Amino acid sequence: MSGEAFNLLSVLLGLLLMSTQTTDAKISEDIRCKCICPPYKDVEGQIYKQNVSLKDCTCLHVVVPMPVDGKDVEAYCLRCECKYEERSSGIIKVTIIIYLSILGLLLLYMVYLTLLEPMLKRRLFGHSQLIENNDDVGDQQPFANAHNVLSRSASRPNMLNKVEHAQQRWRRQVQEQRKSVFDRHVVLS
Amino acid sequence: MDNVGYCNDNYESLQNAASDDELVDIAGATLDFSFTEDVPPLDPEYSSGYDIYTNGVNGHVSGISGNAKLMDLLDEPVPGVGTYEDFNTIDWVREKSKDRDRHREITSKSKQSTTALVDSITDAFSGWLLMVLIGLMSGALAGGIDILAYWLTDLKEGVCLNGFWFDHEHCCWGSNKTTFQEMDKCPEWNSWAELFAGSSEGAAAYVLNYMMFMLWALLFAFLAVILVRAFAPYACGSGIPEIKTILSGFIIRGYLGKWTLIIKTVTLVLAVSSGLSLGKEGPLVHVACCCANILCHLFTKYRKNEAKRREVLSAAAAVGVSVAFGAPIGGVLFSLEEVSYYFPLKTLWRSFFAALVAAFTLRSINPFGNSRLVLFYVEFHTPWHMVELVPFVLLGVFGGIWGALFIKANIAWCRLRKNTRLGRFPVLEVLVVTGVTALLSFPNSYTRMSGSELISELFNDCSLMDSSQLCGYVNSPDNRSDSALFSAFSDRASGPAVFSNTLPDRPAGPEVYTALWQLALALIFKMLITVVTFGMKVPSGLFIPSMAVGAIAGRLLGVGMEQMALNHHDSAIFKSWCSPGADCITPGLYAMVGAAACLGGVTRMTISLVVIMFELTGGLEYIVPLMAATMTSKWVADAFGREGIYEAHIRLNGYPFLEPKEEYGSKALAQDVMRPRRSDPPLAVLTQEGMSVGEVEAMVADTEYSGFPVVVCQDSQRLVGFVQRRDLVISLDNARQRQEGVVSTSQVFFTEHVPPQPPSGTPSVKLRGILDLSPFTVTDHTPMEITVDIFRKLGLRQCLVTHNGRLLGIITKKDVLKHMAQMANRDPDSILFN
Repeated sequence: MSGEAFNLLSVLLGLLLMSTQTTDAKISEDIRCKCICPPYKDVEGQIYKQNVSLKDCTCLHVVVPMPVDGKDVEAYCLRCECKYEERSSGIIKVTIIIYLSILGLLLLYMVYLTLLEPMLKRRLFGHSQLIENNDDVGDQQPFANAHNVLSRSASRPNMLNKVEHAQQRWRRQVQEQRKSVFDRHVVLS
Repeated sequence: MDNVGYCNDNYESLQNAASDDELVDIAGATLDFSFTEDVPPLDPEYSSGYDIYTNGVNGHVSGISGNAKLMDLLDEPVPGVGTYEDFNTIDWVREKSKDRDRHREITSKSKQSTTALVDSITDAFSGWLLMVLIGLMSGALAGGIDILAYWLTDLKEGVCLNGFWFDHEHCCWGSNKTTFQEMDKCPEWNSWAELFAGSSEGAAAYVLNYMMFMLWALLFAFLAVILVRAFAPYACGSGIPEIKTILSGFIIRGYLGKWTLIIKTVTLVLAVSSGLSLGKEGPLVHVACCCANILCHLFTKYRKNEAKRREVLSAAAAVGVSVAFGAPIGGVLFSLEEVSYYFPLKTLWRSFFAALVAAFTLRSINPFGNSRLVLFYVEFHTPWHMVELVPFVLLGVFGGIWGALFIKANIAWCRLRKNTRLGRFPVLEVLVVTGVTALLSFPNSYTRMSGSELISELFNDCSLMDSSQLCGYVNSPDNRSDSALFSAFSDRASGPAVFSNTLPDRPAGPEVYTALWQLALALIFKMLITVVTFGMKVPSGLFIPSMAVGAIAGRLLGVGMEQMALNHHDSAIFKSWCSPGADCITPGLYAMVGAAACLGGVTRMTISLVVIMFELTGGLEYIVPLMAATMTSKWVADAFGREGIYEAHIRLNGYPFLEPKEEYGSKALAQDVMRPRRSDPPLAVLTQEGMSVGEVEAMVADTEYSGFPVVVCQDSQRLVGFVQRRDLVISLDNARQRQEGVVSTSQVFFTEHVPPQPPSGTPSVKLRGILDLSPFTVTDHTPMEITVDIFRKLGLRQCLVTHNGRLLGIITKKDVLKHMAQMANRDPDSILFN
């Protein structure tokens, strides 16, 4: 129960940190005011962009140099549409880089699992027999899981064994899933 | 020991409680058991037995009467008792009572010490904290998915020289070299032809762009399908049918796990960007539910209790739709209407809270730009006229017909994939479909752009910011409506925004006609290709393609109406409200209504769809057209077939989903549906004493039933309780391993007081702790209507049938589903799971 109090505290701290981050100074390149002015008399249509804040996002501030003068300025400006936009290029960059690294890691892991691991295991002969025993549970016994529940709670002191054991269990699970979904079309057809 | 043939005559059974039970309605929050309070125990054994049952399951050893020293070992909680097998239904009644006991214990202990008080407060808050975490995580993931989808989609067409991580719009964001004529182009963004061949015009450049487009599309689709296949096969498809089934009580282990989450997020982006005709809304619901499931493991209250966890999953489904569209209220209503099975009022408030947190997180990440929440922000607010209800209803009819046909075609295709050789080559299938889609969609600019971009363009009425072909109306030398100037001075000139609304009706220029026939081709293409795409082995959603089909149809109709109004403005229909120079018809509105109609026809959503649409577009003015179209499309689609696409997929997969809204109209009695039938072997029962461990194990091994009734003795068949197979197997294994001297001839006792054993004999196994002493029963003459209602409202897995107080048979949920399938003339063997 105290674990939950700890969780509560840590999440509150995290929220506080996040709220301070949102008030970061905006990079000046990440805000802009875009004004589109259609053709007027003999002036061509043009697009004007400037990195100004919301209150300065009007035609008079942004359309510089003004192509018409004097009395026509008002008429010209009435036709222009100005829009304020902002973005966060930092978040975009970070997201894409994180994604590409995750994708690369997954692809590497997949290559390792399908190609390299069988080769490595074939060299270490003893291990390959252990794997084959574990993979034999293949066929879907509806209540096989029940018999395994107790055996799972037996402790394995060795860290490497634990990782190996977990990975074997995960691979078996994925194999089962693949059989149900792709081969027998029982789920998710 | 001569217990053979001797039956204990005590009246231990108080099983007629089921007929005294108040039937609980779904909206009414918790399930109530009257019998625990009202019915006095006839037998002093009963009350202590009940305590032991609940306490035994919760792991407390208090309340055991003195005779149990032999069996103390078994009164400790055996790990695994109370959990469920994969592909089985949970026992809602048991889970709810476990939670109530836990809560009662915490409240009673909280008065004892300060730590206990703090514990009870954190327990109460843990639900809200969990909602905050779910909202944060889902919002963050959804924001990331949006950013990545924009980037990867544009990557098929070119690359940004300023930084490869920018998509087209962001690449040209700060550029000063964009011109009025070509608002989209800028020198920083190079298409692939420009990058490789140096020029962007000409046949060679076109072919090069085409090839690169197809190559990227195939690469993305290939990566998506091999990742799904290698790491998480459960990540394919939409996810909503399975989540519906999970929320009704089914267990699919691994479906909401962390690998499924990672792979679904990664491959969803790839699948959406590969140009396939699919959306990301359904998969986002799955992603949000995965986040919820993973975060539930932080809190014991939710980790150990399957019923409480499903409350959280209902809230997570709301969060999923909320982040997909930026529509929190629509998300909650979607969860209520489409996805959830039991939706107590507490969940309503918590779902809304979680959806808001997620929307706020999404806003901070700002993937749509301008801190806007909604996906297709629509800026026009022109009024509509009553006469326009006729085309809106027509759009509703179109949506309904298309929805019904789409469901039939898609199910036929999926069935083909399931049963024939087509299903053996999933990777090849994905590649072929992607290749065909890319090949056919590149030439037409409306199919080349992504679904949401297409819908945005169709929804928006023409303003200066729009440079699409659809706005190429006559009246301006360079194809922009500059009669805006005219209207600005003649009407009210209240600012630049007014221009987009006061554009008068204008005759269509040649650009508009080109756009129209391109759109018609796009409509046909999308209608056909979505049938084949939905259900492939990559994450695929349905909302955006259906809305795209509807939006195209709506816009076509809208432009047609506009031109008709312009050319026949003297006729009776248009004269009263559509004078020349006034703005009367907004094709963008027709697109919106068409999108709602098609989506409603496919999914049969009603109020949640209307709320999502008006939250999407930010305008309350258009509720009545949206409602008219949605209602019409639902009625028309229901005339062809009662099921929406998700129920149809549930039926296809054979999940044990008891439809809460289906009406049942047969006059069968419980004895017609129960097992064993006349030709079946007799009911497999256990007796409360007199069976040995070997006999019990033999019975368990010989049959495949998921539970066994326990009777007083074989002659009297008076019911004691019900025991689950999984609990039995685990307890017997545990007894063999942990308890000394237990062999196959040891006796098994389900009674409270075990008769004393001679010291030389083998010790007995006491299994009272796993026995459910309050199974639900109906009599054999109970009409099936009431029985089905009981199953639905209480979430039962099985129900025992008695005759004159003696056990006669059993009805399981699978039997109920098979019976309902037979009534509806469907194949009863398609129900695969229990």
